[in-house]
Amino acid sequence: MNRGCVKLPLFNEEQLKKIEERESKWIDDVLKKSIQRIPERKKIFKTLSGIEVKRVYTPVDLGAEYDYFEKLGLPGEYPFTRGLHPTMYRARVWTMRMFSGYGTPEETNQRLKYLLALGETGLSLAFDYPTLLGLDSDDPLAHGEVGVCGVAVDTLKDMEIIFNEIPMDQVTTNMTINPPAPVLLAMYIVAAEKQGVPMTKIGGTTQNDNLKEFIAQKSFVFPPEPAVKLTLDVIEFSVKNVPKWNPISISGYHIREAGATAVEELALTLADGIEYVRNGIKRMPVDEFAPRLSFFFDAHINFFEEIAKFRAARRMWAKIMKEWFGAKKPRSMWMRFHTQTAGVSLTAQQPENNIIRTAIEALAAVLGGTQSLHTNAYDEAWALPSEKAAKIALRTQQIIAYETGIADTVDPLAGSYFVEWLTDRVEEEAWKIIYRIEEMGGMIEAIKKGYPQRLIAESAYRQQKEIERGERVIVGVNMFIEEEKLEIPILKINQPEVERRQIERLRRVKAERDPVKVKTALSNLKRAAVRNENVMPYIIEAVRVYATLGEIMGVLKEVYGEWIEVPIF
Amino acid sequence: MDRSSDILEQRVLPPIKRRIKVLVAKLGLDGHDRGAKVVARALRDAGMEVVYTGIRQTPEQVVNAALQEDVDVVGISILSGAHMALVPRVLELLREKGLDDVAVVVGGIIPGDDIPKLKAMGVKEVFIPGTPLNAIVDFIRRNVAAKRGDQSEG
Repeated sequence: MNRGCVKLPLFNEEQLKKIEERESKWIDDVLKKSIQRIPERKKIFKTLSGIEVKRVYTPVDLGAEYDYFEKLGLPGEYPFTRGLHPTMYRARVWTMRMFSGYGTPEETNQRLKYLLALGETGLSLAFDYPTLLGLDSDDPLAHGEVGVCGVAVDTLKDMEIIFNEIPMDQVTTNMTINPPAPVLLAMYIVAAEKQGVPMTKIGGTTQNDNLKEFIAQKSFVFPPEPAVKLTLDVIEFSVKNVPKWNPISISGYHIREAGATAVEELALTLADGIEYVRNGIKRMPVDEFAPRLSFFFDAHINFFEEIAKFRAARRMWAKIMKEWFGAKKPRSMWMRFHTQTAGVSLTAQQPENNIIRTAIEALAAVLGGTQSLHTNAYDEAWALPSEKAAKIALRTQQIIAYETGIADTVDPLAGSYFVEWLTDRVEEEAWKIIYRIEEMGGMIEAIKKGYPQRLIAESAYRQQKEIERGERVIVGVNMFIEEEKLEIPILKINQPEVERRQIERLRRVKAERDPVKVKTALSNLKRAAVRNENVMPYIIEAVRVYATLGEIMGVLKEVYGEWIEVPIF
Repeated sequence: MDRSSDILEQRVLPPIKRRIKVLVAKLGLDGHDRGAKVVARALRDAGMEVVYTGIRQTPEQVVNAALQEDVDVVGISILSGAHMALVPRVLELLREKGLDDVAVVVGGIIPGDDIPKLKAMGVKEVFIPGTPLNAIVDFIRRNVAAKRGDQSEG
């Protein structure tokens, strides 16, 4: 299996010399005249990460050392640059997983059924802000936020309603939830159990990536160390009890959206992954849990750099797992990832153009070999997607998958001198940041020093300046601007009504449950947390007797404390 | 530059010109702080004094900060969709504390329908995604200049 040992340089010195000679002649005879006649549009062309892009690439750019097996290999083989599976989309196209959820659990249940009826193949739940932070709908801080950015979940009852008439053994569900991930997974497990589906049969993902909350996204609750401990509780519990569950989705998406470049997104995500594995091996052998790790990236608009990023990501992770952590199973070296097109690339101006942006970004994700994909809706610079906008977004994926032929061969861009060169460059730049974080003592330390936070803030500001100076073109924003009436039909949520109904249900659930059982379950949880045990089994018991999300998180906050960010800009 | 005209100018203009002071506030529970930080930095680069609250601020916290820092402008950033519940509360509390003269501007994901509603409540301007930084800087400068001008003349 290990062809990595077999050397196979693709080009020899003599061939490269011939190309070089020919190229210098071409520069004199052909290029100079051409440039005199029609000068190039810019002096320097760059990717969004600032990597300078040359006029043309040849085998000379890859060099005589460029080794086929070391750099590329075959699909399904180390270092997995060409994809995780031998047949990729010829066997099964990626999972089309549309992030959705709003209002009450009843409304979200309707939206999920609508998406399933349209041919969506996996569910992805968006929670509202109070839920993301582990607050109940009746918390004073939740006022005005209940049901807005996603669905409100306070107790098991809400989860039961969300999955009403959706067979939980037949769908897989992604839950974008981080500090409260143990609680939401527990609710999912018990809701399935009530449908008669044991936890061995459920499938899906909890995002459960607490480190990136400190770097971007900012839905942190606990300080970094206990946050990582809870992340690992979910991983360990899933490894032992929920065989089809992806306990974590190590996410670059939010890091990118917060302002990181493609290179920074890649490096910081891998550095987060390294930190989880480093802590994980203190509790379990690496090959036991590494196959269960999954990732999540952004697909931005700079087409080739994104493809290079995805391909480099697989190669780097395989190397990290094999060489740094001594993983033996190939599955431990797999970087399985979900992709979402770039929310920040969407414009409020001329919003229909966003359909095109999303299609191009989705294409990059597919050419990069993603396992699943969410395509953004064109109205998201204004509000949550309307039904029509969400449908167009899903149809975009279906067109790519079934009409274009792009999914018919594995890794079609391999061997492009430019794409391979760029894959190497993105990798090289990402390693520099990873080593820097290693020198700081790993990601937890780097976060405490504010390093990734500053890196992202700097990049975000630089990018905005580039847009203002017109160095980076955004159609409809700084070029081809139109006078337009800024109104499109958007999803309307009767928020005060949602909040009222949600609080009402919460009160009813609290009134109907057995208070003694709740009290016992919560004190058992507290004892387990203090003893540093895995809290998952205790949270499941608390959820089962309808303890609320806020109550459970409250117990954990008492034990672990809360993180307060020092704001920097 | 001609130094003599510089000196002359100083005699004509009031000697101390207070820098424009802005509170950039992340109201609500969302953690999308990219816009707030970029705007905060742009305002600082434009010579203004900027106080950034950090994320997850309640209306009460925002107004207390505005009071303590004695700011000319409160720039609210909100992307959670809770603006129609939280922004009116900020305006109400500002009035209660006698800070009616503090200009409030809002930036974030704000549906088109809500923009006139917010303005009717007293928000001076709403900046949607894609707004150039200098448009924000200019708006704040003009707004504060107009207000200070009125005060000195009146």
